[in-house]
Formats: sequence, C-alpha cells, structure tokens
Amino acid sequence: MHIAEGFLPPAQAAAWTAAAAPFVIHGVYSLTRAVRADPEAKLLLGASGAFCFVLSALKIPSVTGSSSHPTGVGLGAVLFRPPVMAALGTVTLLFQALLLAHGGLTTLGANVFSMAVVGPWAGYAAYRLVRALASRLPEQTSLGAGVFAAAFTASLSTYTITSLQLALAFPDAAGGVAGAFVKFATIFSITQIPLSVVEGLVTVVIVRLLSTVGRDQLLRLGVLRGRTADGDGGTGGADASDTAGRPQEPTIDRTPDGEATA
Amino acid sequence: MSTTTGDKASGAAPQTGADGGRPRAWATWALLAAAAAIAALPLLIGAGAHLEEPFSGADAQAEETVEEIAPSYEPWFSPLYEAPSAEIESGLFALQAAVGAGIIGYTLGVLRTRRKLRSGAPAASPAPDGNGPAPGTS
Repeated sequence: MHIAEGFLPPAQAAAWTAAAAPFVIHGVYSLTRAVRADPEAKLLLGASGAFCFVLSALKIPSVTGSSSHPTGVGLGAVLFRPPVMAALGTVTLLFQALLLAHGGLTTLGANVFSMAVVGPWAGYAAYRLVRALASRLPEQTSLGAGVFAAAFTASLSTYTITSLQLALAFPDAAGGVAGAFVKFATIFSITQIPLSVVEGLVTVVIVRLLSTVGRDQLLRLGVLRGRTADGDGGTGGADASDTAGRPQEPTIDRTPDGEATA
Repeated sequence: MSTTTGDKASGAAPQTGADGGRPRAWATWALLAAAAAIAALPLLIGAGAHLEEPFSGADAQAEETVEEIAPSYEPWFSPLYEAPSAEIESGLFALQAAVGAGIIGYTLGVLRTRRKLRSGAPAASPAPDGNGPAPGTS
C-alpha cells in the first residue's frame, strides 16, 4: 500500500498530508494521555506498535501471483481504539520511508491516511459490529471473531483507500477515475484478500496469547469482557459474600437493628 | 456461587469456553497453521508461474500501472536514502521485523512472569475478597 516517493502530484500529496495531520496529532495526544492514565499500558502500546512493525515488514505471496504485506494496525485499534494507531502507524511508515525507500516523505500523508487512519477506524467499526452481533457466543469465540473482523477489515480497507488515492491522481484515459480504481484495486485489493485472512488469523493468535498471559490488562482495557460474575455482577457477588461474612464483623453486629435497616 | 466460580478460575482450572474461559491451546495452534497454509498455498499451486516475474510486489506493480496510465508523469521527488542493494534492503526489513518481534516477545514474557508471581503470592491468602481483584475494581 506504499505509494512510492514522488508518485502523487504535489497538490494531492499536500492535500492528503493536510487530511492526515490532524489525526496524527490527535493520535499522539491520545497516546500520551493513555500512558499517563495508566503507565502499565505502555507495555501493550509497545506491543501494538511492534505488531504493526513486524507485519508490515513481511511480504507474503498471494494467489494473484504477486505479493504484498499486511498492515498490523487492527490489533492496536481493538486494544486502544483507533486514534493511537494513527501515531504508531505513522512511526512505522516513517521508518520505511526513510530507511527502506518504501513509500516516501511526499506520500507519507496519503499512506498515513490509508494505513493509520482509515484502516484502524474501519477495523474498529467491524470489531464493534461483530462483538455486538456475537455477544451471545462464548467470550473467546466472540472476541476471536471480532478481532478477526477488525484485522481483516483494517488490512483490506487500507489497500482499497490506496487504490482510490492512486485512481484520483491518475484517472484512466478511457475509464476515468472509476476505470483507474478498478485497475489499482485489482493489483492491491484482490491481492490483499488472502493476506487479510492471514493477518486476521495472526492477530487473533496474538490476542489469544495476550488473553492468556495478560488477562487482567485486557479486562482493564475492556477488550476482554469478564464473565458476568467477574464484571457487572462482580459487585453483586461481592455483596453476597459480604452478607455471608457480616455476622463475623463486630461493627455490624453491634449496630442496632433499626440503624442497620435504615 | 460467584465465589466458587471465581476460585476455580484463579485456581488455574483448565476451563473450557462456555463461560468465557481461557483460549484453548490446540485452537491457537490450528489458527497459526491455517495462516501458514494460506500464506504457502500460492507457492504450492504455482500461482505466479505464468508471470514473467512471479510474486513481484504489489507496490511496484502499482508504479508500473501509473506509468502505463500516465506515461508522461515524472516522480517529482526521490527517496532521500535508498538501500544500495537488494541484500541490504532485505537486511533492513529483517531488522524491522526483528525489532517488532523482540518487543512482542518481551511483552509476553513480562506479562507471563507478572501473572506467575501474582498467582503464586496472593492466591493462598485472600481468596474471599481477592475474588473481585483489588486493582481491577479501583
């Protein structure tokens, strides 16, 4: 999905940069706020950025006979909501633009917009939708389905936006923007379908690992819903055990019945 | 009733799904295997065999399409740094993946250790009110 350096006309490059900039600034703000609110979140924030780093470095073959790479932005969008990924995704894209000549500084805005803005938001929307639809299923199944949908949608929508960006910049002589979009989407989006499935599966694996070793963290982030006994009903459960323990507590025993009921 | 289920959960019982227990390991492995199979399938069926340059990058193909659609277009800016050879470029890609994988491994290690320490220390004493975990509720 990297639009190569200089491959967007200056006006469009500037427009995409202007479109992406507020999201990135807001993303940096959300990131610092998330860390300040919960310093322990640093660990998973780092992992979310790292996941994006790993996946976007891996070129995977596709059934179309070409190869491309996943984006890895779905994980962070689910764990920390999409704004944070605008910041973390930009770091990844900047690294690739500066050291790998993948993408570029002039096209950074457009690439950030597709991979770090639209991808995470589309993925997050898919996550919420699937979680709502699958709320009756066992928690691990529902979470897995939601995460898969998030990663799949984030990956595919990123590449579709890239196709659209290129089509807007280079309309086909015969087919116009729509014709060019079909050409670019054939290259990007069709190639990406199996890769999005791979990305979805790998993201589910990571979330399963995290929900085993980092159960508390995921519960605190609200990603993993506690069983009703643990979560909402948890207070009720605690009350129930309190009433059982109350007779042993001297203070309560001593209070007159009238005050206790009042 | 809630206390008993809570105790079971903290007692590392191998819970299976119904009430949202821990993920089962075999299913995680199956997901990984499926991902690997989908990634390897194009190579096995020779999806790129009919092409001059099999499995070329989609980014590069898009560049070619741009040149097809707009032959007169000249990129107006070039990368500040370009790896001098494919080997060095692949090295940098490997570095990128290694840094990412290292951080993820570190995170999983820290979380696992933390959970072990936590479940080792307090599981013995505060079962009654430790049921609603203090850090979670506060």
